[in-house]
Amino acid sequence: MLAANFLLLAAVLFCIGVFGVIARRNAVMVLMSIELVLNSVNLNLVAFALMNDDVDGQVFALFVIAIAAAEVGVGLAMVLLIYRNRRSISLDELSELKG
Amino acid sequence: MIGMISSLLAQADWSSPPIDWHAIAPELILVIGINVVLLIDLNLAESKKWMIATLTGIVMLLAFIPVVTLGLELDGVPRELFDGRYVIDEYALVLKALFLLVGYVVVLMSQNALEDGGYYQGEFYVLMLCSILGMVMMASSRDLISIFVALELLSIPGYMMAAWKKRSSVSNEAGVKYYLMGVFASGIMLFGMSYLYGATGTTALTGEEGLGALLTDGSLSGLEVIGIVFVLAGFAFKISAVPFHSWAPDTYEGAPTPVTAFFSVASKAAGFTALMTLVFLAFPNASDVYGPMLWVLAALTMTVGNVLALRQTNIVRMLAYSSISQGGFILMPLAYAGDVDAGGSALNAVVVYLLVYAFMNLGAFAVVIAVSRKTQSGEISSFGGLFNYAPGLAVAMTVFMASLAGIPPLGGWFAKFNAFKAVLDADTTSAYVLACIAAVNTVISAAYYFRVLRTVWVDDVPDGNTAPINPPSPIIAALGITVIGTIAVGVYPRLVAGFGNLSDLAGTVPLLG
Repeated sequence: MLAANFLLLAAVLFCIGVFGVIARRNAVMVLMSIELVLNSVNLNLVAFALMNDDVDGQVFALFVIAIAAAEVGVGLAMVLLIYRNRRSISLDELSELKG
Repeated sequence: MIGMISSLLAQADWSSPPIDWHAIAPELILVIGINVVLLIDLNLAESKKWMIATLTGIVMLLAFIPVVTLGLELDGVPRELFDGRYVIDEYALVLKALFLLVGYVVVLMSQNALEDGGYYQGEFYVLMLCSILGMVMMASSRDLISIFVALELLSIPGYMMAAWKKRSSVSNEAGVKYYLMGVFASGIMLFGMSYLYGATGTTALTGEEGLGALLTDGSLSGLEVIGIVFVLAGFAFKISAVPFHSWAPDTYEGAPTPVTAFFSVASKAAGFTALMTLVFLAFPNASDVYGPMLWVLAALTMTVGNVLALRQTNIVRMLAYSSISQGGFILMPLAYAGDVDAGGSALNAVVVYLLVYAFMNLGAFAVVIAVSRKTQSGEISSFGGLFNYAPGLAVAMTVFMASLAGIPPLGGWFAKFNAFKAVLDADTTSAYVLACIAAVNTVISAAYYFRVLRTVWVDDVPDGNTAPINPPSPIIAALGITVIGTIAVGVYPRLVAGFGNLSDLAGTVPLLG
């Protein structure tokens, strides 16, 4: 069945995304991993909309796309901010606050 | 092309849904207010930027008016918009009032901090209004899509507010950590939502074809279980429940203190609002899944938060861990939301706890802001001898710390009492175990709250500087509101005891016995 393949792909993308967020130390790579997670959600929603034969899922996916764009805009601005102050975007170096 | 669209439109028999303008008046006033504040800020000279704070306060108070008139007009009949997916019931109105009040107090607290620091005042208040708008929407959302949109509307401005001190690397770090954790959490939550939608074919929470009616114990598919767990885990990040709390202390310490107060009260209350809506409307009959999960989260959150708070020397960091542990107490009744006996008192306990917690925690942060204006330090030891030179602040701090510890007759006592009552109403072994864990934690928490009080009342002034503190009038106003709120609820609990009745929440599904 076609839709099941999409769901499998989405699950794999989600796992890769989660792994990236946990394992990557470069802020931009983490942002890209988060994008993978969000896009796996979009795939899921569209595939389920096909299976359930209604448009709710597609509408939901449009909302997710729009808001993900806003989120990444803020995220890249923040990465730029830490790059200006530290000349590095490695998350390991963000360790002034501890305890 | 245009011809094609118009022929498509002609085919579709579409008419705009009737809109109850009075019911969405609070949101509309906030939207108009955001635009007005933004436009006025563009044309305002730098020396007059203080007016923006006043204007923001007025917008919140204006938005408060329809909340009150709706409350008077409602009379037990909820007003439903958009096919029952946006509902104004008494539950939503109480929480809307809470968010607007918290927003107003945070404006009072942040006014001087922003002026002194020379930060971007206009933009700050616009973002804060956006965040409040998201919270106000969250209280009424009864659909997965609108819950998601409200969550992002309240979170995205928050990420920017955490990193507000642009040149401070600590504030940047706070912002980035909050952002990465927040976005990752919403990704996980969305993944759960997509599975819930896929398994049930709907995004609405209530109604006969809603999630609440379709998700029942015993007939849950694997997709549905994963969906419920992921959605709850996503919101557990938002309320900084252990083990999803790692961002909270760093973000709270690094962000500007008024923003920290905003996060630890308003953001957290919004997360709990979403959790309550989901647990009571979407998953009430799936308690086999969320019950044990929330039980473990609540027990871990209150214990780990408390134990880590014990060893903090920085007051903001201590308040951060204290707010994590308070989150555990708020979460505790939700674990029994699906219980026939305890469900009603659980909703009431969470709403009352959120109200009381807002007053006492905001108050504690207001004292910290007032004192650190003089001492320029966040260490607990810098509060030494506060009573000698600022008796008013010392007394206020005593009220808030004692209330957080749950000492009668202050508000925190009534909130804790309600939470315990809800759990014990469930009358099961696991409920008694959870209540015992909570009781032990109440005692542990008293240790670090009273250590602050000992420093304030007994210790010597660390640097011998006993010049009195004259807090600016907005902070005095914030302190006044929070002290009165904290004491009033404790002395006269009936004031809030009626809030959060299960019958006020429109669309609840009858629980399986």
